[in-house]
Amino acid sequence: MRKLKFHPSGNFNEYYAQELTIFETDFGRVSLIVGLMALFAIVPLVLSPYMLYIVNMIGIASIAAIGLNILIGYTGQISLGHGAFFGVGAYAAAILATSLGMPFIVAVPAAGVITALVGMIFGIPSGRLKGLYLTIATLAGQFIIEYVLVHWESLTKGTMGINLPAATLFGLELFSDRSFFFVIFISLVIMVLMAVNLMRTKYGRAFIAIRDNDRAAEGMGIPIFRYKLLAFAISSFYAGCAGGLWAFYMRSITTEPFNLNLSIEYIAMVIIGGMGNIAGSIFGAVFITFLNEGLRWGTDILINLGTFSSAALTMAPLREFVFGLAIVLFILFEPRGLAEVWRIVRSSFRLWPFSY
Amino acid sequence: MDFFLQLLINGLCLGFLYGLSAMGFVMIFKSSSVLNFAHGELIALGAFLFLALVTWAGIPIPISFLLTLAVCFCFGFIVERFFLRPLIGEPLIFVIMLTVGLASMFKGLMLLIWGGNLHTYPDILPASLAIQLGPVTIPPVYIASLVIGLIFLSLFGLFFKYSSQGIYMRSVADNQRAALSLGVHVKRVFALSWAIASLVAGMSGIVLGIINGINVHNLSGIGLKVFPVVILGGLDSIGGAIIGGLIIGLLESFTGGYISTSLSEVVPFIVLVFILLIKPYGLFGLVEIERV
Repeated sequence: MRKLKFHPSGNFNEYYAQELTIFETDFGRVSLIVGLMALFAIVPLVLSPYMLYIVNMIGIASIAAIGLNILIGYTGQISLGHGAFFGVGAYAAAILATSLGMPFIVAVPAAGVITALVGMIFGIPSGRLKGLYLTIATLAGQFIIEYVLVHWESLTKGTMGINLPAATLFGLELFSDRSFFFVIFISLVIMVLMAVNLMRTKYGRAFIAIRDNDRAAEGMGIPIFRYKLLAFAISSFYAGCAGGLWAFYMRSITTEPFNLNLSIEYIAMVIIGGMGNIAGSIFGAVFITFLNEGLRWGTDILINLGTFSSAALTMAPLREFVFGLAIVLFILFEPRGLAEVWRIVRSSFRLWPFSY
Repeated sequence: MDFFLQLLINGLCLGFLYGLSAMGFVMIFKSSSVLNFAHGELIALGAFLFLALVTWAGIPIPISFLLTLAVCFCFGFIVERFFLRPLIGEPLIFVIMLTVGLASMFKGLMLLIWGGNLHTYPDILPASLAIQLGPVTIPPVYIASLVIGLIFLSLFGLFFKYSSQGIYMRSVADNQRAALSLGVHVKRVFALSWAIASLVAGMSGIVLGIINGINVHNLSGIGLKVFPVVILGGLDSIGGAIIGGLIIGLLESFTGGYISTSLSEVVPFIVLVFILLIKPYGLFGLVEIERV
């Protein structure tokens, strides 16, 4: 058996493969396994249904945020249409489940694939455009998809929305928050593993090369248009799967939630969590979901105390304000996000008391 | 034919307003290459400040108009100084996201203060100003907006052509590094362009408020409509912004009149995607040449 690595006192890598390991130390591997076991064994038993609902929302948001991070953080293509792609996934899953009667386990990945195709269509402008212009093109994509969802009534039932049948998995009906917890978090673990490993392959390295300088990447023989489309497809696949899970979890969907604000919310998760960092997306999803819930809770308390009447203090504007403030403060003071904060905290513990 | 004429006039007026709103946006982009997602909120802020001064403080209209413009000017200056300046030289996405965050902040703040309802100004313009053009009546607000817009356009034309600050701004827009090496205070130019853009936004907010009433959501929505307009005209061309505005306004008015009103909201964005695919730098924009 090889020697276990715990706290190396420096960087002793001799091969490129050593740079690419997921875990720098065996300590990380052990703590991850312990953490996952705790997550699946303790969390669903201890938490109340409402808390479990929030945790599930975090799981779904994490999947979508990881997808966006692959696009923004790794490939450097800014997309303002991720909320709409999430909506496409939700609708695709709902339509597949109701009209075609597809079972849950097929409908969700199928929704992901359909969303990936839609994402590729809106990724086509990336062949000629970059930076600001691409951002505006994806903004247009957001509005066009929103319009189609509302107005293609024969397929999406317009503003009426769609009710989904209960999800069944291996003959078991998933109706409680707890059973969904397992489904969502097992998918999250699979999706995280896929994303982390994708970034270690040739495709991931090509994405990073395109982010750093796309002309130079092209010069080194990377077909950038194909890779950009691939990045759009993968990112939308994640959004579609998250949307499909969300649709089955909510049991009824309307077009309302998939607006520009949702897209901005996902970008906020990526930025606040840390761009180009998979764990960061999860941090970001946790932060934004708790921010939303905390604000709801806070406004409820203020209204109950009678300091403000419920008419004067509504949740939406305050949420909007705090949300913007969080984005601005993170960009100004910690642009590398919560992942960087986490790294600093961890290494200061590790190096204590002789930090250098 | 009457219907067509009415749509034509409406479209032109609407388009002129879009162009006016886009002007400030282009100014910021031209000097500092910042894509300002908070432009709609700056527009709404101008409208609400004017409302507050006219109805709550009861200040006479011409004075409150000037006061609003002055406050907007200072506000733009402050925004640049405290939020945008620390990000000079940072990657694009941070700058974009900062303006998105600012937009969300300002919008939330305005909703907290004024609520999401529709407000209206008291009658400002006499109805006798209306012009009868054949079978079509042009309401006085449109004429006032046209006059105000033309005054501002010519003022800015003169400012950019003859004043030293205007020449500095043009030089920074042309080549930032060369301007820096020739002793232009580039940071001051950034601040000034934000201040002027915010002033123009405030002015167009007042005009839009007179026409459609003042509502946070509608006015900040105009900030998003600005994107098709500027892409059509080219991101860095002020004249292009006006022409792009006219085209988008006509397009919206005719789609609304002949096809459906809900489609008219999306049509600018559909056109936008096609324009981007065919002519990525707009009709009048400069083609960026890039070297590795």
